[in-house]
Amino acid sequence: MNSLWQLLSDAGRLSERWLSDVDACVSLAALSQGSSLGGRLHELRGRSVLLLARDQLPAALALIELDGIARRVVLCPPDVASTHLSAVVATAEIDAVVGDQAAADLATDLFIACSPAITPGVSDREESESTEWVLLTSGTTGVPKLVGHTLATLSGAMPVGTSLGHNAVWSTFYDMRRYGGLQIFLRAMLGGGSMVLSSAAEPVGDFLSRAGERGVTHISGTPSHWRRASMSAAATKMAPRYVRLSGEIADQAILDHLRAAYPNADIAHAFASTEAGVAFDVGDGLEGFPAGFLGRRGDVELRVAEGSLRIRSARNALGYLGDGPTPLFDADGFVDTGDMVELCAGRYHFVGRRGGVINVGGQKVHPEEIEAVINRHPDVQMSLVKARRSPITGAIVVADVVMTSERAVAADAEILKSQILDICRDTLAQYKVPASIRFVSAIEVAASGKLARTNV
Amino acid sequence: MSIRSDIAALFTEVAREQRKTLAPLSDGLGLLDTGLDSLCFAIIVARLEDRLGVDPFSAEDEVQFPVTVGDFITLYEQAAAPVART
Repeated sequence: MNSLWQLLSDAGRLSERWLSDVDACVSLAALSQGSSLGGRLHELRGRSVLLLARDQLPAALALIELDGIARRVVLCPPDVASTHLSAVVATAEIDAVVGDQAAADLATDLFIACSPAITPGVSDREESESTEWVLLTSGTTGVPKLVGHTLATLSGAMPVGTSLGHNAVWSTFYDMRRYGGLQIFLRAMLGGGSMVLSSAAEPVGDFLSRAGERGVTHISGTPSHWRRASMSAAATKMAPRYVRLSGEIADQAILDHLRAAYPNADIAHAFASTEAGVAFDVGDGLEGFPAGFLGRRGDVELRVAEGSLRIRSARNALGYLGDGPTPLFDADGFVDTGDMVELCAGRYHFVGRRGGVINVGGQKVHPEEIEAVINRHPDVQMSLVKARRSPITGAIVVADVVMTSERAVAADAEILKSQILDICRDTLAQYKVPASIRFVSAIEVAASGKLARTNV
Repeated sequence: MSIRSDIAALFTEVAREQRKTLAPLSDGLGLLDTGLDSLCFAIIVARLEDRLGVDPFSAEDEVQFPVTVGDFITLYEQAAAPVART
């Protein structure tokens, strides 16, 4: 396996390719003649490196340099609680930290700053390690799990050499240190493209404008990212050829919305997870995926067992680092995604997460299924269904809803509520119909790009 | 609006929403005979908590579960009484 630097170079045209963020734009040609690590790459050879920077650009540049040199690189998103970092350092046997000044406080043998200001001088990039890439799961509570990958498992789904990648400018709402963002970063780097990186602090409208100015052609995000983006007038400032959704259930409403907003784009929703890797893309514009995907021979095998989607492929993670509470693979070598699916008319539909079920008087309710129905109302921007404790049934379901226009809510709240509830009643079993609907101005989206769900 | 009329209106509202046929309400009518199911009552209890600020079922003292419509109304009238005085 060649290193990221080797593969990126093999894709050619370094002088025309770049990585940019809010503040800087770094040419890959400059990186070939210099270092984001102050020329200190050699000190990191064979080490287990924690890559921890607030901004994505310095982290992305350091990662390009570190693959093939470091024994292990842990890609740490900036939102990981500092109280969890010592556990990450111990589990991953970290003996060097690369990052910005905030990371310098971690007590390890070696700290090296990374920066988008490239230090001139050619580094020795001869590959000496098959670097393990470690991603952190995006769980909302507890110490994140450390998931081991290699460049090979992470890039297994790349359509190398296709027309998609040529001259492409990639971007994503995701942080590139999360699986969904890393996929886009690697597509850009291995496929001969450039990339616009997002920034957690940047308003979504500013990001969309920046993406438009940089000529973004391929862009990805979660359905929640896209719903939020579609509220911005700046969504029209870019004209992507390829729009991708992943990380959450892509319901028909958001697929239809993106089809209308970007009529010239290929719109695909992908199924991927940090543990299972990329499983498949769906490009027919419909929610769910064809049942024929199951039982297909090839590099990705899918099956459904106990209601959840299971995946076995060369893109699966290697495993969890440390003493994971649960094994990654089942007895047959499949990763249980925990994503529940139901077969309907020749198509599997995602209904929700196994752990997210609300129990209404003994009946199981997946909040995502109800949200998908609420989102069908043409004036609904996004929704969040949650449990409310009930002394009668244990729980009932209630919904927070963001409308596209707050003025409409002010004028006709009761009419809108009854319209939404009518759609629910026509589609859902009674116990799934929200007992109340609350119009809110915003719904929290977590740093992972997914709706922030709290269990009762 | 009295608590009694609030509750009667809610029974009607929830029965309509849940597409149930509501029996003519009277104090002596058993809750199980109103035509409403447990989901309907769960919704009614949640809405009464929103409107009156009380949930008598979550009180620390053990609650005698109401059997009739009259019991149900009395439960809320008693639970809401201290709130109403302030």
